[in-house]
Amino acid sequence: MKQIRNFSIIAHIDHGKSTLADRLIQHANLVDARQFRDQILDNMDIERERGITIKSQTVNLPYNSKKGEEFELNLIDTPGHVDFSYEVSRALASCEGVLLIVDASQGVEAQTLANLYAAMEHNLVIIPVINKIDLPSADIDRVKDEIEHELGLDAETVLLCSAKEGTGIEDIFEAIVERIPPPKGDIEKTLTALIFDAHYDSFRGTIVSCRVFDGRVKPGDTIRLMAMGTAYKVEEVGYFRLKMESKKELSAGEVGYLIAGIKTVSDTRIGDTVTLDTMPAHKPLAGFKEVKPVVFSSIYPIASDDYLSLSDALEKYKLNDAALVYQKDSSAALGQGFRCGFLGLLHLEIVQERLEREFDQSIIMTSPSVQYRFYLTDGRILTVDNPAYYPDPAVIEKAEEPYIRASIMIPERYVGAVMKICMERRGVNSHLNYPTAGRVEIAFDMPLAEVIFDFYDRLKSITQGYGSFDYEIIDYRESDLVKLDILVNGERVDALSMIVHRERSRERAVKACESLKDEIPRQQFKIAIQGAIGGKIISRSTVAPYRKDVTAKCYGGDITRKRKLLEKQKKGKKRMRIVGSVEIPQSAFMAVLKTDSE
Amino acid sequence: MDPPGLYVHIPFCKTKCPYCDFYSVTDLSALDAWLEALNKEADMYRDVFGIFDSLYLGGGTPSLLDNRQMETLIKMIRRCFAFTNDVEISMEVNPDDVDVEKLKCWHDCGINRISIGVQSFDDDELVFLKRRHSATGAKRSIEHVVSVGFENFGIDLMFGLPSQTEDILISNLEKALTFEPKHLSCYQLTLEKKTPYGRLKAEGRIKPLSENKEKRLFALTSAYLKSKGFIHYEISNFAKAVQYESRHNKKYWQHIQYLGLGPAAHSFNDNKRWWNCKSVDRYCKDISKRIKPIDGFEILSDEQLRLERLLLGFRTKFGVAIRDVKDNQSFEQTLLRLQRRRIVKVVNDKIVPTVKGFLIANRLPQMFF
Repeated sequence: MKQIRNFSIIAHIDHGKSTLADRLIQHANLVDARQFRDQILDNMDIERERGITIKSQTVNLPYNSKKGEEFELNLIDTPGHVDFSYEVSRALASCEGVLLIVDASQGVEAQTLANLYAAMEHNLVIIPVINKIDLPSADIDRVKDEIEHELGLDAETVLLCSAKEGTGIEDIFEAIVERIPPPKGDIEKTLTALIFDAHYDSFRGTIVSCRVFDGRVKPGDTIRLMAMGTAYKVEEVGYFRLKMESKKELSAGEVGYLIAGIKTVSDTRIGDTVTLDTMPAHKPLAGFKEVKPVVFSSIYPIASDDYLSLSDALEKYKLNDAALVYQKDSSAALGQGFRCGFLGLLHLEIVQERLEREFDQSIIMTSPSVQYRFYLTDGRILTVDNPAYYPDPAVIEKAEEPYIRASIMIPERYVGAVMKICMERRGVNSHLNYPTAGRVEIAFDMPLAEVIFDFYDRLKSITQGYGSFDYEIIDYRESDLVKLDILVNGERVDALSMIVHRERSRERAVKACESLKDEIPRQQFKIAIQGAIGGKIISRSTVAPYRKDVTAKCYGGDITRKRKLLEKQKKGKKRMRIVGSVEIPQSAFMAVLKTDSE
Repeated sequence: MDPPGLYVHIPFCKTKCPYCDFYSVTDLSALDAWLEALNKEADMYRDVFGIFDSLYLGGGTPSLLDNRQMETLIKMIRRCFAFTNDVEISMEVNPDDVDVEKLKCWHDCGINRISIGVQSFDDDELVFLKRRHSATGAKRSIEHVVSVGFENFGIDLMFGLPSQTEDILISNLEKALTFEPKHLSCYQLTLEKKTPYGRLKAEGRIKPLSENKEKRLFALTSAYLKSKGFIHYEISNFAKAVQYESRHNKKYWQHIQYLGLGPAAHSFNDNKRWWNCKSVDRYCKDISKRIKPIDGFEILSDEQLRLERLLLGFRTKFGVAIRDVKDNQSFEQTLLRLQRRRIVKVVNDKIVPTVKGFLIANRLPQMFF
């Protein structure tokens, strides 16, 4: 068997994972310096702007070791956000080892821990790497100490590098070939390959990234996707070296892509097992699960004429994002649209941005909601992710909402403040852990609904950026839920309704009215904004009317300037929606959920 | 097609008014050089436009030209361009410059419409505005204008000064009407950013009136003048009868072509607009090198033209053609709402703003985007 090493890079967000990946690629001489763009693996604009990796991509790196041996290293890139933790777990299942990156000044963070645990679950060899040692604020001794005590890894094994400056890269390559074991697997056995990623190409259809565990696969083979129960004829296999390079076959231990006339990404499932249709494996590889959306929101076109265009855009977008689910929805205020399910809030924002940017859609997104369960008096159980379908309170026997286990890491001095916001957000079962002096890990059970919106932003701001956060969904728990309606000039705007906990309802209503007051532009008449539960008004604010805006003169020299102003307003107007007689900007639909103003 | 209008910018003032954002200089030594350059600029546009039916001398302060300069100016304009027999020749006049000799000269030159920049008949307000004349001086000037035989004259007033009350405003209007002008321009004081008063406003040293007060003064002006038989035909302009509406200014508001000569003047032709540099010095230099002293230009798309028709139309009683807005999906709903609130009326195929509409003329276009 060829000398192969399969590995991933894992890190807390912003610790330099993508920069290191770029360095490794550059070092492998796959590209000359002129072609080299920063962060080659993050090939989408949004990712580049946000500095996070959303879709993982794999690259095959040739490497000649110091001992003179030839290796092929497969770097399997992983998404760097908690919304995509299942995708991360499948990428890790395809590796034998990981580089665990820790920022030389930030040290160990919540996602460092979460990533480490995930890697340990897969029995991977872990190579700790301290990155950004060039920073003036780098504190290598402290971070080594944290790696030893908080992560339980041997400080002697830690490598030092600066991906930005390109120092320490050779040592990393050597450690990969020395410490990470070669993949096991039997080329003679029947084919089992794990799908860990898929993306859509308009010319080739779906390109599936997979790790072959046993057997081999080549063009002409008929493969079967075990969970989907579908069969396809393989057209091409190969690996990525910045572009796709086809090969005769992929065999046990190898990582690469396969193209088999699969129409859309949604026809595949990450975590599914590929086997041969003629000689299928007895059982699929372990760990497959269907990812389920946890955050829901409706998308409406700003101009209702654009419904068909939005429908078309969503269909196209969906080709490349199996995690997004959507169905038709309609609102009295906003007309026809789509109810969409997302893996998390970041996923939601990505979908929103890509629809606007790549598909040129002007959309309104309603405030996100989680999925509630209502047990009705007639024995039925109703699952509701859209406040519009909140049942008649008289027939609700009990209600439940999803809970998460939040894990927060902070310097000790912020414990009080962080405990406070967690309690405010109905956190229970707190648990404190002191991994090293001065640092605290806080765990809380909290309703998902309380963290989906601005919890992370709040945490960042009260800890001055030192707080880090990770969560997993644990269960559903009983909860006293009511529907909060928002009335604008006496008209209920269904798209602004939300389901909230009864004890929090008054406070949420007051805050929603306040935020809306700032978001809704003044108009010629007074606008009353009210929060109501059932028929009862519990909060109120007013947008003062706009009376006069005339400027005295308009002659030859004034016209261009005035028109340019209008053109600017026209752009802004694209983000407004008229409800009743009031113009409501897109931002208002999100602002109702903001729980704290800065 | 409507005949084009000709504008000449006379970029000189004896003193600068602290609220004014039109281009002018107070160094009068370049006046003759400017006049010579103007002659050449006029020559450059000799056959570009057709026959003009309006000529407007604006500024700056056109009335500070002496009689020889004024005669030269009119002569060369007439040599380069053709005018209709009924041409309207308007001129802005500073009361302080007026004497019977000058008035006679202007009259002989063919000037048949005069706007007198009185601004106020209240001496305190005139001091605030740093005008050269007093209330008494202004009155005397108007009397001269009438006595020389200018039948079509108008008075320019300002309202909304920080200290202005409704009483002062009405008193100003009453005094103006005693002279039986055919036209009134009532400009709301606007503290433009790049003016001395704009800076004082930014520093908090001049406090503009509240929105509500401005609104009341505007509505009062309109109601009062209408009760005296005036037509409120543009936000700031009132005419005693249709024939006294400014033929020239309507060209700006109705996208009729115009040629502007002189520094900082704007021109418009079909879908092109261009403007001269805001510098007497550069203006003269460019022209001496036989290049047009143009500082910028734009070619307007159909959509840009439509936007301008909205922004201009809602400032006048001529309104906006329904065909310009009916592509908007919520057009009917918006229109009904605005009609119900008496912000606009529908007259034939036009949406016409009421006084309430004038008040929010800047906001009306976006409702129909």
